[in-house]
This record gives sequence, C-alpha cells and structure tokens, in this order.
Amino acid sequence: MKLQKATLFALFSVLELARDPGRQMSAGEIAEIYGISVNHLAKVLRVLGRAGLVEAVRGVGGGYRFCGNAKRISLYDVIDLFGDIVTDASEIPGPAGTTEIAQALGRVLREVDEIAVATLKSITLATLLKSRRWHEERRLEERHTAVSQ
Amino acid sequence: MPQPSPSPPQPPNQALHGLAIRDARAEDMGAVEEIDARITGLAKHDYWRHAFTRYGGRADRWFLVAEHAGRVIGFIVGEQRAWEFGSPPCGWIFAIGVAPDRRLGGIGSRLFEAIVARMGAAGLETLRTMLARDDTLNMAFFRSQGMMGGPFIQLEMPLPGALPQPRREQGQPEPPLQPEKGREGP
Repeated sequence: MKLQKATLFALFSVLELARDPGRQMSAGEIAEIYGISVNHLAKVLRVLGRAGLVEAVRGVGGGYRFCGNAKRISLYDVIDLFGDIVTDASEIPGPAGTTEIAQALGRVLREVDEIAVATLKSITLATLLKSRRWHEERRLEERHTAVSQ
Repeated sequence: MPQPSPSPPQPPNQALHGLAIRDARAEDMGAVEEIDARITGLAKHDYWRHAFTRYGGRADRWFLVAEHAGRVIGFIVGEQRAWEFGSPPCGWIFAIGVAPDRRLGGIGSRLFEAIVARMGAAGLETLRTMLARDDTLNMAFFRSQGMMGGPFIQLEMPLPGALPQPRREQGQPEPPLQPEKGREGP
C-alpha cells in the first residue's frame, strides 16, 4: 500500500503531537523532524484541525496541539480523511472488467484491500505509539540474549 | 472529527480493587454464558458446558475468569497448539469476554496478562489468535496488548454440498465443539 504525501504527513503530525498531548509544536518544527515541505504540511494541519484531531494554539509559543482521544482514533480514521483508501479500486475498469478473468483478479485484489483496511482500523494512535516501546524492548532483549550466549 | 473505529467512548470504570483472576469452575459457566450471550446475542448453553469440560483445569489449556465482589465479570480461554503446518508449540486464545457494563476498567487486560503468564510458565514463547476481519473491537484490544499480524494466513472455503452458514457476529467464539442436541441440522 502506498499512501499519498498528504496522508503520510497527516500521520506524522498526528502521531508526533499525540506522543505528548500537552506539547505544542509549530508546522515548521514538525516539518523539520520529518524533512518535509512546511507549506504542504500547513495545509494538512488545517484538515486535521477541521476534523478535530489537532487544534491551533495562537500567541507566543503557539502551534498545534493534539486534542483527540489517542486510544479511540485509528490509523484508518486519519487516512480516511484524505480519501486515500478506495475500497472499490479492485474493480477493473473498462470492458475488461466484465470478463471472468478480470473479475477473478478483482476478488483477489479486494481480499488484499479488506485485510489492509481491517489492519488500519484495528491500530489506534496509542497502540502505534506503544509499539515503538515494544519494538525497542524486544530489540534490547534479543541483544541481551545474544551477548549472554 | 472522524468516527473512531472501535466502540464509542463510554465513561471509564474505576480500576477495580479486589478483582481476582482465577481458574474457572463448573459453577461459573452460567455467568460466562450470560456474558457471552450479552456480547453476541446468542445463548450457547451446551457450548460452554462442553468448553469447561475440555478446557477447565486441564494441562496446557486455560479457562480463566475475572471475579469481582463475588460476581464473574469476564473470562478468557486458550490452549497450547502445536505443529499446525510446521508451527512450533504456541499459545492460542480463542475466546475472551467482559461484561459490557464493566468494560474500560482494565479487566480484559488483566485476563490477557494472566493467561499470557500461564502460557509463559508452560514454556510457550508465542501467542496467537484468530479473529473475524470486521471484529475491530477485539482486534484493537489484542493489538493494544502488543499482538501483530503473524506469519500465518487463515483460509477457508465452503465444503461441497454445505449450505451457506450465517456470518458470525463480532466477538462470537468459535462454533460449538460438538453439535448441540436438537440443533444438528440447519
């Protein structure tokens, strides 16, 4: 699965801000961490603001702050804001789409889509943020095991 | 604001003091059946009696309940499975349920941690489960505990001559271990 730039930037922003909901970050600070266009990111943040996932904080030290529920918002919820998941993309267009072969291929592609959607719907922002810690713990455990052998 | 995929937020329960996770007993099956029926909308009296016979108090099988103030408010069931298409022995969870009015109090997590500890003590190193693709609630729960997609893929097909089966509801456990009396036919 390949996500559009805007969708990826939205995930970066939401996750970066949700790491510490009390923290405010400017679009420039987020853009610098991920090496992405600040102008493009500003547009993405406006979409996230309208969706109620982040809020703009004005004044000195202003920026954006996460204001959603990280335990309830899934990766799918964020991606869906940008229309990046098209579940009927497996339909093969044109006259070929009516052939038995194209329809059989479409069923396989639909299965792949459904698994991808189910996966994205089941991973909340909080779970994804926790998964960094699990990954690090497992890496350290593996290293410890390798050293002690 | 996007609608969250899991169930809508509810007021969280306070952390339960005095919550005990223990092995299930035969007399708990009424409460287990009731919790399951509230979740799935389907009472399965014989299923849970058979499940207790097969999984309660057995080696390499775990049937645990959560009890608070003398009331069973949750359950989890699992077993050891081995060498299915080359899979070394691993733990399997195939049913979990928490009374809907007691959710968001960490009871599911306590049940999960308890069965994981039992499986770990039995020498198992991997835990697996299988869920309906649209069972977002349970899938989000297991992922929040650290589970991820594994190296196996579930496949299925209708058997020749089989009548179409009704689609299972979210959170509903596997089909009965044995056909229930009087329900052998479609």
